Amino acid sequence: MATVALREQPGDGWKPARSLTEQLSEAAKLVRRHAVASIYRAGSGHPGGALSCSDILTVLYGAEMNIWPSATDDPDRDRFVLSKGHAAPALYAVAAYYGFCNARAALNLRKIGSPFQGHPHVADLSFVETSTGSLGQGFSVALGMAMGLKLQRRVSRVYALLGDGELQEGEVWEAAMCAAHHRLDNLCAIVDYNKLQSDDRNDAIMRLEPLAAKWRAFDWAVIEFDGHDLDQILSALRRACATVNRPSVLIAHTVKGKGVPYMENVPHWHGSVRLTREQAAEALAALGATREEITELLDVDCR
Amino acid sequence: MSTAAEAPSLIGTSGDSLREAFGKALSSLADEFPKVVVLDADIAGGTGAHHFRKSHPGRFLQFGIAEQNMMAAAGGLSAVGLMPVVTTFAVFCLRAVEQARLSIAYCGRNAKIVASHPGLDVGPDGGSAQALEDMAAFRAIPGMTVISPADPIETALATRAILEFDGPVYMRTGRSPSKRLFGDDHTFEIGKGQIIREGTDLTIVACGVEVCRALEAAELLAEENVSARVVNMATIKPVDHTLLQECSEETGAIVTAEDHNIYGGLGGAVAESLAQSCPCPMEFVGVRDTFGASGEPQELAILFGIDAAHIAEASRRVLKRKKSS
Repeated sequence: MATVALREQPGDGWKPARSLTEQLSEAAKLVRRHAVASIYRAGSGHPGGALSCSDILTVLYGAEMNIWPSATDDPDRDRFVLSKGHAAPALYAVAAYYGFCNARAALNLRKIGSPFQGHPHVADLSFVETSTGSLGQGFSVALGMAMGLKLQRRVSRVYALLGDGELQEGEVWEAAMCAAHHRLDNLCAIVDYNKLQSDDRNDAIMRLEPLAAKWRAFDWAVIEFDGHDLDQILSALRRACATVNRPSVLIAHTVKGKGVPYMENVPHWHGSVRLTREQAAEALAALGATREEITELLDVDCR
Repeated sequence: MSTAAEAPSLIGTSGDSLREAFGKALSSLADEFPKVVVLDADIAGGTGAHHFRKSHPGRFLQFGIAEQNMMAAAGGLSAVGLMPVVTTFAVFCLRAVEQARLSIAYCGRNAKIVASHPGLDVGPDGGSAQALEDMAAFRAIPGMTVISPADPIETALATRAILEFDGPVYMRTGRSPSKRLFGDDHTFEIGKGQIIREGTDLTIVACGVEVCRALEAAELLAEENVSARVVNMATIKPVDHTLLQECSEETGAIVTAEDHNIYGGLGGAVAESLAQSCPCPMEFVGVRDTFGASGEPQELAILFGIDAAHIAEASRRVLKRKKSS
């Protein structure tokens, strides 16, 4: 039962002459469906933050990073670190879409014996570069990778995706100061700035603004854009790539729960939630899945 | 009975400190281990890392006063094929335990954490600086090897051993000048304890600065015709169960001695090891679940009950229990 919803090869069924943006847009939609389905099947997980970063992840894996499923141990590959480890379902979905893991297996999220843990673990999956889940740490690990790659004169780049609430961790600013001091222009931080965190709006929990000014004060190159506009994401990544002598931070303005209307901008969907079948089906329908595709995503045997 | 004040002190009277011994060894091993990079949080002058900074400046990485970032970054450096050696004070390693747990141990990274200034041996800096919990914290992390060498010779050997070993290691050095206990023919193997004084009535199992005090205690006991065996248990995890079992069977009583809280360190490791196979009466010498204070290391050792006289006293207690059991 190979359908569009679970296909593993991006080439399958593609029409020729579609633009890169159209391809990425289609990919991001399927990534969202996969993430939502896996969270429903797990009975827990963080859909809001997975949906807000799905477009960014899709562009990174689909158009930006120098990584290939057949060479996940190539020392010259680019590295991606999901510092906001709770968005693991989106990472797994993107990895599945681009052939780094089996798409059906990746639906088996948060289950006993599954390598697709609630937060990514490097020992479980070849495409995971470091284990994350404790906020702030992934960013420091990415910094260590960038530093080590420079020492070894490799040209690889390191990308770290951070949540906005994660920026409240002091370790993030330790790393920010350190990366600028060492002029790590091979390090690119991306902030999934969806304005919401576990319990409430950032503003109500611990204000982040003026956020761009904070990063500038730490001597980072700052690029702000709409984190759901694929062309803007691409162009921001290209600008970061061209920045020398300074690390870059991409502040991606996003919408929590993006693509699922009843989740958009509602803090409740950040936390680990149990989706009902009706909620999952409604979300998948909103993401353009047919009835047949919805049934497959929610019911196919993935063990 | 000899009083604490009269006990001969070998601590702080001569010799290189363990931190200096570590720094010199690391510097001399650097060419043999080209992947080694040394991480510092603005404290290299105190940890011994200044030797490496001078000899190999290109592989010396400054993180500023930010230990959490440094510890997790070590995971990243290891991930791209280098061998990071994190250096700071033991108390600041405690600050970054969770980074060591997630970004080093959970990831299975080949990173080394070398902590100077452990325990009361820190001395005048006082209670805030004296880490008495570090071995317990790092011992509880799965896959983390924990080492506490006893003298400069052993520290140099242990430095080589941890670089040769594939896996995360937490190693204590020490602040104070240290008496040289071992000769040039000394050997060190991770996971192996050594009998450094033979005895038949009981065994004193010690690590770090307490090894020297354990030998002093054995001398005190010898004057009372008590034959105390002394074991240098430089690896706290994995602890040498085979040797402990032998000591339990052959001497029938054990005293542990460590510059650390009595909970969770060497004493805990030895008790856990023996309780399931061949238990014998045990006494624990260590800081009794309290914080330290300012003072010279030997003054503090007496005040907090971890000097040779207290080890000897614990030995007498355990012998009474052995005889009545």
